[in-house]
Amino acid sequence: MNIVQAKDLTFEYIIRDDEDNIENVKTAVDHVSLDIEQGQFIAILGHNGSGKSTFAKHINALLSPTEGSIWVDGMDTKDADKLWDIRQTAGMVFQNPDNQIIGTIVEEDVGFGPENLGVPTQEIWERVDASLEAVGMTEYRRHSPNKLSGGQKQRVAIAGILAMKPKCIVLDEPTAMLDPNGRKEVIATITKLNREEHVTVILITHYMDEVIGADKVFVMDEGKVVMSGTPREVFSKVEQLKALRLDVPHTTELAFELEKAGIPMKRGILTIPEFTQELMRIRGNK
Amino acid sequence: MLRDITIGQYYPSNSAIHKLDPRVKLFWTLIYIISLFLGQHILIYAIAGLFLFACIRMSKVPVKFILRGLKAVFMLLLFSVIFNIFLTDGEVIFQVWKIKITKEGIYIATAMAVRLVFLIMGSSLMTLTTTPNDLTDGLEKSLGFLKVIRIPVHEISMMMSIALRFIPILIDETDKIMKAQQARGADFETGGIVKKAKAMVPLLVPLFISAIRRAYDLATAMEAKCYRGGEGRTKMKPLKYRKADAVAYAVIFAYLGVMIAVKICFV
Repeated sequence: MNIVQAKDLTFEYIIRDDEDNIENVKTAVDHVSLDIEQGQFIAILGHNGSGKSTFAKHINALLSPTEGSIWVDGMDTKDADKLWDIRQTAGMVFQNPDNQIIGTIVEEDVGFGPENLGVPTQEIWERVDASLEAVGMTEYRRHSPNKLSGGQKQRVAIAGILAMKPKCIVLDEPTAMLDPNGRKEVIATITKLNREEHVTVILITHYMDEVIGADKVFVMDEGKVVMSGTPREVFSKVEQLKALRLDVPHTTELAFELEKAGIPMKRGILTIPEFTQELMRIRGNK
Repeated sequence: MLRDITIGQYYPSNSAIHKLDPRVKLFWTLIYIISLFLGQHILIYAIAGLFLFACIRMSKVPVKFILRGLKAVFMLLLFSVIFNIFLTDGEVIFQVWKIKITKEGIYIATAMAVRLVFLIMGSSLMTLTTTPNDLTDGLEKSLGFLKVIRIPVHEISMMMSIALRFIPILIDETDKIMKAQQARGADFETGGIVKKAKAMVPLLVPLFISAIRRAYDLATAMEAKCYRGGEGRTKMKPLKYRKADAVAYAVIFAYLGVMIAVKICFV
């Protein structure tokens, strides 16, 4: 069964003026239909204002659709009785690492989610231990979150979600406020979780190089899903991505430029080893 | 400069007092304050003083730290002493024009000063030996009965612990805003107290906006983590009484008993 299933999902922001009259209606998500399978690593790409964050908030039932429906593990997010089950099934990590840590000590913050779920004390400790281990933050468990780096804080936030035992983790631009090292840390952590713990990962981002490892990529623009497929399929359409004001990974771009210049490179090259292999192949042919 | 401010003046140590349950320490403070108001007999103050110093010795907190708490109330102390000395009627010892000092005045002023000093020292001892987190937990547990009259005890203690978590973040932010404004020529350092206070106003607006934005983000994150108030919530670190806590309770009651006995016999 699909873990997330959206059908004609539409969300409108209503902008009102001072007298409460409707001034403008902005459609942030426009008839989006998509299916996400359990255990996949999904990336949702889009530039600012493409509706990707609004869509993400629907998965966690933080927003309710204006039209259409979205099901999380078979539960309709409009069903108020299922609200807490949905939030437990689909955990969410946000952009700003400081504003989502509640506890004054790392381990207490990780325990916050299970506490809310009413998990018995003994089990909370087990879950906290396991989650901190999974993100590699065990040695910092008694530290204050204020003393950690951005990447470490974000890993703590991920551990906090993991401790709720979700089937799916939605990460809303988790690396946007981090330095390059922090970004690497976070991406490595979620890739590991997806591979080893088989948690479905939905990564919302505008960094192209974070998308390469994904099973499937959705590109959003103006609230619509405009492209989808494997990273290779999506990145072979360099011109279309550029029209959407998105960049492609540097390697892909270089291969694309070489092809334009007359060197018969194949489309959709993502990594440097692939690139060198392709160059060697072309030279070998000559 | 702002980084030097310490809030929640916890003094880390491994003493028996530190290890006590926060509820015991809260109860201790309450009983101690009540006992100070039992009467003005010298014996009552002597016992209260001895008991306090015994506790301070046990807690291994340097007396210097405990006396620091007095600085904040020094003015209050001074005023209450002055008013009591000069405005109490009674047997006149010394008089200049209309101002007179009476025997009763001196007596009451001294008693008042001693009482205030002990009161502050007693409550400082509690905050110095309890982490802010334990304190909010203890308050939530001990004030739980207020839920009956619909006081949101859990929510209040949650707010307190979130406030404690965000104090360093907001201090950092204030520092940043100050530097940004200083870089554009704002002056926070010269001028009198009025000018300095005025310079703070443009600092407050961005700080408030950012605090509200953070609060909104945090609320969303808490909702996403299934937070729905205190009901049905379990605790990762529940408060549990141990043997030492029972002993401490016994000591507190014994102390109260002695104080009441003294009051009945001597006053």
